[in-house]
Amino acid sequence: MMIGIDVGGTFTDVFLLDEATGRAEVAKVPTTRPDQSGGFLAGIGQLAPDLSSLSVVVHGTTAGTNALLERKGAKTGVIATEGLRDVLEMRRRDRPRTWGLRGDFQPVVPRDLRLEVPERTLADGTVRTPVDLDAVRAAARALLDQGCAAVAILFANAYANPENEARAAEAVRALWPNPHVSVSSEILPEIREFERFSTASLNAYLQPEVSGYLDRLKAALTGGGFGGEFLIVQSNGGVMDTATACRLPVRTALSGPAAGVIAAAHIATTAGFENVITGDMGGTSFDVALIAGGQPGLSPQTSIDFGMVVRTPMIEITTIGAGGGSIAWVDKSGLLNIGPESAGSTPGPVAYGQGNDRPSVTDANVVLGRIDPDAPIGGALDRLDVEGAARAIDIHVGEPLGLDTMQAAEAILRVANSRMAGALRLVSIERGFDPKRFAFMPFGGGGALHVGAMLAETGIARAIVPRYPGVTSAMGCVIADMRQDFVQTINAATAALDVDALRATMQAHVDDGMALLDAARSRFEAREAIFELDMAYLGQTHTVAVPLAVAVENGRVAPVTVPEIEAAFDAAYRATYGRLLDGGTRRVMNLRSAVTGRRPKFDLATLAPEGGTTAPKAHRQVHFGDSWHETAIYDRLTLPVGAEIPGPAILVQPDTTVLVDPGLVARVDHFGNTIVEPA
Amino acid sequence: MSIDGVTLAVLAGRMEQIADEMDATLFRAAFNPIIAEAHDASHGLYHAETGDTLVQGKSGLPIFVGVMSFAVKAVIDRCAEEGGPREGDTWIFNDAHLGGTHLSDMRLVRPYFRDGKLFCWLASVGHWHDVGGAVPGNYNPQATEAFQEAFILPPVRLIRGGEMQRDVVDILMRNTRLPASAQGDLNGQLGALDLGETRMDEVLDEYGAATVGAALDALSNRAETLMRAEIAALPDGRWEAEDFLDNDGISADPLPIRVALEIAGDRMTLDFAGTAPVTAGPVNIALPTAVATAYVAIKHVFPDMPANAGVMRPVDVRVPEGSLLAAEFPAPVGGYTETILRMIDVIFSAAAQAVPDRVVANAYGTINALSIAGRRANGTRWVMFSFYGGGHGGTPEGDGLNHGNAPISTATIPPLEILEAAYPVMFRQWALRPNSAGAGRHRGGLGAIYEIELLEERAEAFLFGERGAFAPKGVAGGGDGAMNHFDYETADGRATPPLVSKMTGIKLTRGQTVRLETPGGGGYGPASERPPEQVARDVALGYLTEAAADAAYGPAWRTAP
Repeated sequence: MMIGIDVGGTFTDVFLLDEATGRAEVAKVPTTRPDQSGGFLAGIGQLAPDLSSLSVVVHGTTAGTNALLERKGAKTGVIATEGLRDVLEMRRRDRPRTWGLRGDFQPVVPRDLRLEVPERTLADGTVRTPVDLDAVRAAARALLDQGCAAVAILFANAYANPENEARAAEAVRALWPNPHVSVSSEILPEIREFERFSTASLNAYLQPEVSGYLDRLKAALTGGGFGGEFLIVQSNGGVMDTATACRLPVRTALSGPAAGVIAAAHIATTAGFENVITGDMGGTSFDVALIAGGQPGLSPQTSIDFGMVVRTPMIEITTIGAGGGSIAWVDKSGLLNIGPESAGSTPGPVAYGQGNDRPSVTDANVVLGRIDPDAPIGGALDRLDVEGAARAIDIHVGEPLGLDTMQAAEAILRVANSRMAGALRLVSIERGFDPKRFAFMPFGGGGALHVGAMLAETGIARAIVPRYPGVTSAMGCVIADMRQDFVQTINAATAALDVDALRATMQAHVDDGMALLDAARSRFEAREAIFELDMAYLGQTHTVAVPLAVAVENGRVAPVTVPEIEAAFDAAYRATYGRLLDGGTRRVMNLRSAVTGRRPKFDLATLAPEGGTTAPKAHRQVHFGDSWHETAIYDRLTLPVGAEIPGPAILVQPDTTVLVDPGLVARVDHFGNTIVEPA
Repeated sequence: MSIDGVTLAVLAGRMEQIADEMDATLFRAAFNPIIAEAHDASHGLYHAETGDTLVQGKSGLPIFVGVMSFAVKAVIDRCAEEGGPREGDTWIFNDAHLGGTHLSDMRLVRPYFRDGKLFCWLASVGHWHDVGGAVPGNYNPQATEAFQEAFILPPVRLIRGGEMQRDVVDILMRNTRLPASAQGDLNGQLGALDLGETRMDEVLDEYGAATVGAALDALSNRAETLMRAEIAALPDGRWEAEDFLDNDGISADPLPIRVALEIAGDRMTLDFAGTAPVTAGPVNIALPTAVATAYVAIKHVFPDMPANAGVMRPVDVRVPEGSLLAAEFPAPVGGYTETILRMIDVIFSAAAQAVPDRVVANAYGTINALSIAGRRANGTRWVMFSFYGGGHGGTPEGDGLNHGNAPISTATIPPLEILEAAYPVMFRQWALRPNSAGAGRHRGGLGAIYEIELLEERAEAFLFGERGAFAPKGVAGGGDGAMNHFDYETADGRATPPLVSKMTGIKLTRGQTVRLETPGGGGYGPASERPPEQVARDVALGYLTEAAADAAYGPAWRTAP
């Protein structure tokens, strides 16, 4: 049996799959803080009391992200090139917000813990000043004396020649009392010193914290009889073993959300929709990701917070501040706004009765009858405080705008829906797609309440609601492949490109990646290596991604030629910009390789219901547009395959409510998904 | 017609998004990195009759938020000469005396018609890589006429009645050193306008022209209401501030920039009387740029104000005729960035006297355009051209940001590894500059030290900077930041420019360096109110030397806990 477990801010979600029988079970327990291992073990224990029955546990974690956001990493030092210790603090000369000129920045390593040593490598890889190892040792001892638990070694142009860094690393490791030594050329041998230094120093900052956390989990699992494999989801949507995670914790920065998108891609593709936009609606935000041709988009880097740049491939997720807890308010000019302030999950919406008295998006849904007040998903009440929510809406929205309660609640949703739809349009436009070609897949607890509005606002033809939208990230943990990404800056014109050296680097990436797959206990259905070059014309600083079709047979990378590379660049460039630059010098900036071991996918059809009933379990008045409608309420999980439910209807399951607006119809497909489209 | 508040809220979001999507379209399609990466571009919707800004994208450069409507007005005036705008036309021009900023900014303006009637204007501006002129990249510190800065295009029809005018495109492409880049940017800007038109069609189909028109009016009125409410909450009075540009790059005379800020009820006046007259060198700006700059400063003080013309209705910007803030064609305007930064500084200094709890101290106040150029051993020409950062001002809430970008821009600096890989230079230092922050309860942000060594046989450098003779000011009793300092190596030791912050033709040979020490930000509040333990922390971090700490804050920090 396999377990996928995603620890989020509020809930820890668990998905259990018995590969032998195809049985799947889900559970949701509260996340424990500050030590998340309590909720982790409680969640697993609920579905699998006997840990020895588990072959694999795959974990999506926010431990690293939280440590960064809350600045709870270890005391960390830096050893840097003479003259350059401030790069980390100077960033790329940006500012936190465009307007207002407010806010400053404290790097995770303060200036007195950033020491410089004589050494310098030039951009062409020439060592101009050999590293002074006595100075390196003295710096490392000074940092230890200061109480540093981790150290990052950050040398200029180490991407072009790692020799100085490697020698310094050897000297430091010889005297450093733990494995928490992060070296910029080991972690990210890519040009752009701020991004590389930031990634390496944040990695060092996380190493003690994340390895401690994973060690605790491992010990607890083992103590409970678990003898299987324990894997961690990375931000790129692939999994890695715990040894890799302890070495490269920075790669877990967006672990949980990435797993959700991986699951969404698999579910949607299986159901016949290769192009989907996912929308994960949580308490404070709406997270949108675009999946084209079954593949989620990857972005090369992200900022965890202002100035905290992590450069490692990540599933691209766009966030807007419109979640269930987002506050509705009327500004001085009489305009209705949603967010960015949010009541989150604590105190949460007014209806939770935990002390918030300003209306949120969830309160509007409650007042309009769309959420069942007698079966609350969040908060601590047995029955949601509908009257309190209505009062808050009256005071803060209805009265200032001259609207009655229902009009005001509808108004809140109209404005919130408009913003969410805007996010769907923008992620499509930014990647050059028309949103109308996509399906919409809501997940997380709240998204499925808004499917009708998203279809109406964007012209998207249909929505697909996965069977267990509340535990999508946990399911993604079970689905995710094992994947390692590699990068190496090349920086050469194609005419001067050393293709043998390029091939050797590709081979080294493949060897390292395959070795990690060999070391894993998982059985892989297939292994693949893909290569991509970042290329541009000389004089341009922004590159295009150029996929290279290079075969790997029996672990050997086939030869690649300059004409092939140039042709691939021309094709990719033309696709992006429509035309080529006649006579321009083509340049290879970086090689990117990804080595993936395909884990067996379980048959999603096993999630589909057997039998079931199309009889509504209740009826309720629900407000749509400007009137109340008698609305049938169905138990979603018992609807049989092929059931067609005309709107207005509400499909409920323990952690999700699917709203089927009048004029729409909901259909249960062969996998238990609900497809919502115009009747 | 009137419009209900909820429809208005929804339409406000839709309209803003149209402009944002136009931004995204160009950023994705633009060929040159100044647009694609530094986002030196902007898009919006403008009023049919007045050209006033109705909605503008959020991702473009701050200075464009105020300046775009002047580009539209220039086209409206031009159209009026022949009976008004015609459907199917798209206009193009870069003339900075008509459209503001500088000649590198290519402006495309298109009337948007609905049912045969002009509904509004769509416009796109983007900074092209090269538009001819005396120097590549169009930053010519010795220009005394616009003709030496770039090729000048007045408003002409790029598209006439739906037909692309090949003649115009040919003229444009023959007047740039980088035609492929220019063509790529032009295509991207046209794509953005096309997308804006499609999205406007969709919104108008859904809501009807009358409702959308009413919404746009209401949004401007709303912005005006918000702004009047903000101004009314300020005390009435008159506050003055004065600062200086070092010089115009041609003679050594300092150039005063003066402002009087007057608040009376819900109206504000910014009067720049007393500012220096038009000058020979390129630190002049055109009137549209001056008005737009006032808007940028106001939006920094009131960051929640919407980006439309309603905000400026209660604000009267008075720029004296003949001053360097209202330079007539063909006075050179290539260095406009330095002048508008100083305008923002004096507005902040005046506003800080009126409402000290709303205003931040002066930022570093210079773009510091530093260029090093030469030929490689194989004869090929290289030009490294970049802008450098400095400290932000201390704020009512906390210390200023170390090494930030200029208030008029959101552009980032290239990594030193990218520069070293592209050009024969090595950065010996890329560091924070100790003792550069203005002292204060909340000190300014630190400026930077960039020391660059030449790795080729010989090269020439030029610098176009400011704040070499006049420091960034503190507010509310805060101290000044350090001044800009530039020096370079010669056979006889290190030298500084005769005009402190501006110089051309600096000769360098292999192994020699130039060193730029940029200003820090001004401090906020009296230095005596800074807790000694924070001063001690600044000393421990090396932000301040012990001697400088004693001088600025007294000895109390030495015994701080």
